[in-house]
Amino acid sequence: MSTSSKQMTMREAVGRHVPSGSIVLMGAQLEQMIPFSAGQEMIRQGRRDLTLVGPISDILFDQMIGAGCVSRVMAAWVGNVSAGVGYCFRRAVERNIPRRIEMVDYSNFTLALALHAGAMGVPFMPTYSTLGSDLLKTNGNLREFSSPVSEEELVAVRALRPDVAIIQVQRADAEGNAHLWGSLGVAVDGARASRKTILVAEEIVEREVIASDPNRTLIPGFLVAAVVEEPWGAHPSPVQGYYGRDHAFFSDYHEQTRRLGDFEDWLARWVVRPASRREYLSELEASRLEALGVREHAYSAVADFG
Amino acid sequence: MVVAAAREIADGELVFVGMRLPMLAFLLARRTHAPHAIGLFENGIIRQTPSPELLYTMGDPPNLRGATECGQMIDVMGLLQQGRVEVGFLGAAEVDRFGNLNTTWGRRNQERQRLPGSGGACDIACLAQRTIVLLAHEPSRLVERVTHITSPGYGSGNRWRRTEGLPAGSGPSAIITTLGLLRFGSDAEAYLASVHPGVSVEEVLENTGWTLRVADELVETLPPSEEELAVLRELDPHHVWTRAR
Repeated sequence: MSTSSKQMTMREAVGRHVPSGSIVLMGAQLEQMIPFSAGQEMIRQGRRDLTLVGPISDILFDQMIGAGCVSRVMAAWVGNVSAGVGYCFRRAVERNIPRRIEMVDYSNFTLALALHAGAMGVPFMPTYSTLGSDLLKTNGNLREFSSPVSEEELVAVRALRPDVAIIQVQRADAEGNAHLWGSLGVAVDGARASRKTILVAEEIVEREVIASDPNRTLIPGFLVAAVVEEPWGAHPSPVQGYYGRDHAFFSDYHEQTRRLGDFEDWLARWVVRPASRREYLSELEASRLEALGVREHAYSAVADFG
Repeated sequence: MVVAAAREIADGELVFVGMRLPMLAFLLARRTHAPHAIGLFENGIIRQTPSPELLYTMGDPPNLRGATECGQMIDVMGLLQQGRVEVGFLGAAEVDRFGNLNTTWGRRNQERQRLPGSGGACDIACLAQRTIVLLAHEPSRLVERVTHITSPGYGSGNRWRRTEGLPAGSGPSAIITTLGLLRFGSDAEAYLASVHPGVSVEEVLENTGWTLRVADELVETLPPSEEELAVLRELDPHHVWTRAR
């Protein structure tokens, strides 16, 4: 391992770079590559007063809210994509259980623009989206303004600079130069907008592998504070080329979190008791993991950089 | 409902595809009358060929494999904001007489229920040339006035979108329900344009939360053709997304 290696365990990465009170971007690639293992480590380390930022997050935000880690959510959609509502989110917003949370409602595009402005180093990005909506009325980071170059009103989306972005990728070198492909969502802007980035990689590879295909390097290592090698780190969400989506896990979560007591049992089984990702994976049957694996590989054609 | 939605897509159009029923409608359109329709997904995916497998989310690996492009969210949203996207599909908890949508706050037994929120719905409703709304026809869901405008339709009337600054040539084009199809008059209010086979006008009116106007030349929705039914059965063999009806 070279001296510039940023490789560490998930426990170290969260311990060092995600203190309570942080503004944390997760779920940047929407339904794919959600860094569940990172969020669950935050729960185990007892983080409090986090602001979670992400377009949709699927059930990761819901369980972190249920575990009491969160005081604010800045998102376009919070729930369970294939099964419906998120019960922990509902309990928190409707009944302050386990605590009160502030919800800042964005649309997908305005959240993407907030991160884009952060990535560009400008105070806002203009858009026509949300004009006339109650999102514009309720979210103070969306402000109407008169265009200085045309006769019209637009919405200024205030730049967002999260403290840390946690981005799941297929592969990275030990310095954090990362290849990701498939569902990009807001990952590229998200890493640039954030003050630091933690990469969760399915595989750590040699620097030469990354340099062989620089178009696929969407996050350069100098933005990255920590690199965690964590196979299956995104389960139950999918990682293109590595494993599929565990649909049953999402529908089970829906059934097993409807009541508060059941959610606590779910959390104990899947998050609190397993001390590491390895222990979490042993809770899943081997045949289940095998069934989620890629059955038929589909490699891209080689690009010639000669 | 899915068949009526599919018929809203013309060949060659760019379509912002949502999940579940809109996804099925898009696939059905491509397999029948609109083989050159192109699908755009909020996660940045652009597809010219349908996914080979039934999807639960737009990020399922089969939706990325064989895609035309896997870009960023901002790329596809930019195309939408440019006005290039002809059709966008949306579901909703509530829609009102001017086509405004609410997916943020619901109500059950007098208690407010927090719903998941906009996702990309507000963006699509603001920016697509034609927005098609799909939902079950119930009086608690087709309401006089939504309590929260997550995604704007025609606001409170026909000049509202212009006044608010929304792009010209955008807005809701149809509300397709389990009972019929509503379109919008020149005053921007929804009216009943067709009823699905076996459904009476009275049934539609009873299940609508406002006094719904009925078209003078009301028609019956053309029933699904043999071809459409065959393709649907193939796309959703276990009726995960469609009921037998």
